[in-house]
Amino acid sequence: MSNEAVLHAPAGAGLHDAHGDHHHEHHHETFISKYVFSMDHKMIAKQFLITGMVWAVLGGLMSVLFRLQLGYPESTFPWLEDILGKWAEGGKITPEAYYALVTTHGTVLVFFVLTAGLSGTFANFLIPLQIGARDMASPFMNMLSYWFFFAASIVMLSSMFVEFGPFSGGWTAYPPLSALAAASPGSGTGMDLWLIAMALFVVSSLLGSLNYIATVLNMRTKGMSMTRMPLTIWALFFTAVLGVLSFPVLFSGFILLIFDRNFGTSFYLSDIFINGVGALPNEGGSAILYQHLFWFLGHPEVYIILLPAMGMVSEILSVNSRKPIFGYIAMVGSLFAIAILAFLVWAHHMFVTGLNPFLGSVFVLLTLLIAVPSAIKVFNWLTTLWRGNIRFTPGMLFSIGFVSLFISGGLTGIWLGNSALDIHLHDTYFVIAHFHIVMGVASMFGMFAGIYHWFPKMYGRYMNNTLAYLHFWITLGGAYMIFWPMHYQGLAGMPRRYYDYSVWESFKQFAELNRFISTVAMIVFAAQLLFLFNFFYSVFKGRKVTTQNPYNANTLEWTTPINPGHGNWVGEIPEVHRWAYDYGKDGKEFISQTTPVGADESSH
Amino acid sequence: MSAIANEAPKRIHPHKFTLWVAMGSIIMMFAGLTSAYIVKKNQSSWLEFDLPVVFMYSTLVIIASSLTVHLAAKAFKAREMARYRTLITVTALLGVLFMALQILGFMDLEARNIALTGAKSNSAASFLLVITGLHMLHVLGGVIALLVMFIKAYVSSVKNYSSLSIELVGTYWHFVDILWIYLFIFYNWIG
Repeated sequence: MSNEAVLHAPAGAGLHDAHGDHHHEHHHETFISKYVFSMDHKMIAKQFLITGMVWAVLGGLMSVLFRLQLGYPESTFPWLEDILGKWAEGGKITPEAYYALVTTHGTVLVFFVLTAGLSGTFANFLIPLQIGARDMASPFMNMLSYWFFFAASIVMLSSMFVEFGPFSGGWTAYPPLSALAAASPGSGTGMDLWLIAMALFVVSSLLGSLNYIATVLNMRTKGMSMTRMPLTIWALFFTAVLGVLSFPVLFSGFILLIFDRNFGTSFYLSDIFINGVGALPNEGGSAILYQHLFWFLGHPEVYIILLPAMGMVSEILSVNSRKPIFGYIAMVGSLFAIAILAFLVWAHHMFVTGLNPFLGSVFVLLTLLIAVPSAIKVFNWLTTLWRGNIRFTPGMLFSIGFVSLFISGGLTGIWLGNSALDIHLHDTYFVIAHFHIVMGVASMFGMFAGIYHWFPKMYGRYMNNTLAYLHFWITLGGAYMIFWPMHYQGLAGMPRRYYDYSVWESFKQFAELNRFISTVAMIVFAAQLLFLFNFFYSVFKGRKVTTQNPYNANTLEWTTPINPGHGNWVGEIPEVHRWAYDYGKDGKEFISQTTPVGADESSH
Repeated sequence: MSAIANEAPKRIHPHKFTLWVAMGSIIMMFAGLTSAYIVKKNQSSWLEFDLPVVFMYSTLVIIASSLTVHLAAKAFKAREMARYRTLITVTALLGVLFMALQILGFMDLEARNIALTGAKSNSAASFLLVITGLHMLHVLGGVIALLVMFIKAYVSSVKNYSSLSIELVGTYWHFVDILWIYLFIFYNWIG
């Protein structure tokens, strides 16, 4: 509070305002209302972030465990039995546990970390701060959104401790493995809990997205026209639109699945014989129907994960290149194009399901069209960097890393988007390499960039740069060393999701490559602990931020006090007079959005 | 929050806007289900059967309830509180009647040996149950919202002049009404 008083005294915020703020800050804030059931968008963002971090550690650890099996298939690790019990009898992960780990790793990383952890954190944190709003359109719904996510997390976590383990039929939960309790150990209670957790998650995501859309469209401060919004907000806005339109379709797929599981209907099931159970009475269902409903969400979901990272990277690249973003309108247009195309390409996940080849060729065309807006974005990022006065802050490094990964991973998308090549490449390590680089690691990089860049705004302290640089280089090098070789494995036809490749004559040759990948995966995982230490240490002990605008950035969040209270601005919300990217204009290093347009300059 | 008055004038209340987006979201869910219905219908072993006649009556009931909720909003704005309370009560009762009629429709199908669930069910009937049932849940949500307003109208000692709540509920109620009309047309002539 003293910060705010000091900062705003010279700004001419009268006694009345200071008093008003004082009153506002102190009014009935208890520990519970401030840290637990908070309705402050900044606190909710931090709750999403910390919960997402817990999931990232768990999900990452799972990948280390199954990589241990893939890299060292003939070894035993007695300590595994200590932590996994009957799932690693004799120190070797059982096949059931391996599939459970793979499935949960996928579900957790896609939904809990890169959707809730990424969108939940930065949409909540940045939207009100960057558009000039005191809070979300509905702070209460916002709070509900977090607590639904928390409930989903608890249910998902509990599924790991039930007798027959969590669901283990892959994160896409295709029937019949997901529809019949007798199909596999995890298909019983594990799948019930998975469905409950995902239903809660969908509710959380919808509540959040509704709020983000309403806030962006209705709560902007005076002068903040849509075309003056920072690209972060555009990206988060399109993300929310994608979520609102695609999650309900997933939900309807889940409802039909629940009826098949529990009420004996035959939406997805037909002519099934289970060993030990016998023939099932279900007739006429179609498992492909589920795939259509799933991927109608599933593909937009990829962009739900990627767009926030794109938005934050655009902003961070511009701020730290000290240059306007290149092609602002093209950037918005390409975000829009990606959002539209996201709904028109889902069947490229289903080229080999017996899809009509003519239909397949339409989806090939639409899929390859995504290369156009993607290439526009890459071009604009590179031209923003071009001849910039670049400051290599950790956030900036991770943003550049994002661009690198997006290019590398995007190019293999052109291969996979072809239905003919897909006959060979589908369900191989090539697919794993592609989506981990372009969606997984790239979005993680966007998230790291966002955390490093906005940490001073979140906690009023700086993170340690040396540790951050170490973290960046190990993660970037490691990510390429893990996923680059997988392209070769995939081209050689090595299928994904197998438990032990050493027993296959065709894939024996990759034993050492697998060991290499697993070793690097462990090192990269360890480097993330470095980040976690840096993060939590800096929250409490980091160097304090002493200036209001440490990056000399233009956007509105840097006009708030160093530690903004609930309501963000002391006194009136500033008025906006220009776009967010006036860097190096008319000989001025930067011009804040709140500065009126001078008589001698052109307006935007 | 003290500073809300300082913000620029708004064209549409954020809560109303949120409701419109939420309705878009609900439309996507039913669009997903009805397109799954069409896909499934074009595959093998689809059971053709007549819709329960009672669905006709439930359609009339929900249209009538749309009318009463509209009149309730008018009464609220005219500050005719007794009339307003009667009309939202009638609307809620019509909502309950609608749900009861839908359940009668399900029972009618079961009586004609068209299983909705279980081993002998055909997905044609199961779809009808799932889609209609989900729509009923949305009507139930509207009824609960009306009950909350009903209690507020009787209990609260503070006079409330904001017509926001009744407008929100009214919009939602018309929405579930139109959604049912769409589904009714879909079952009969499209699907």
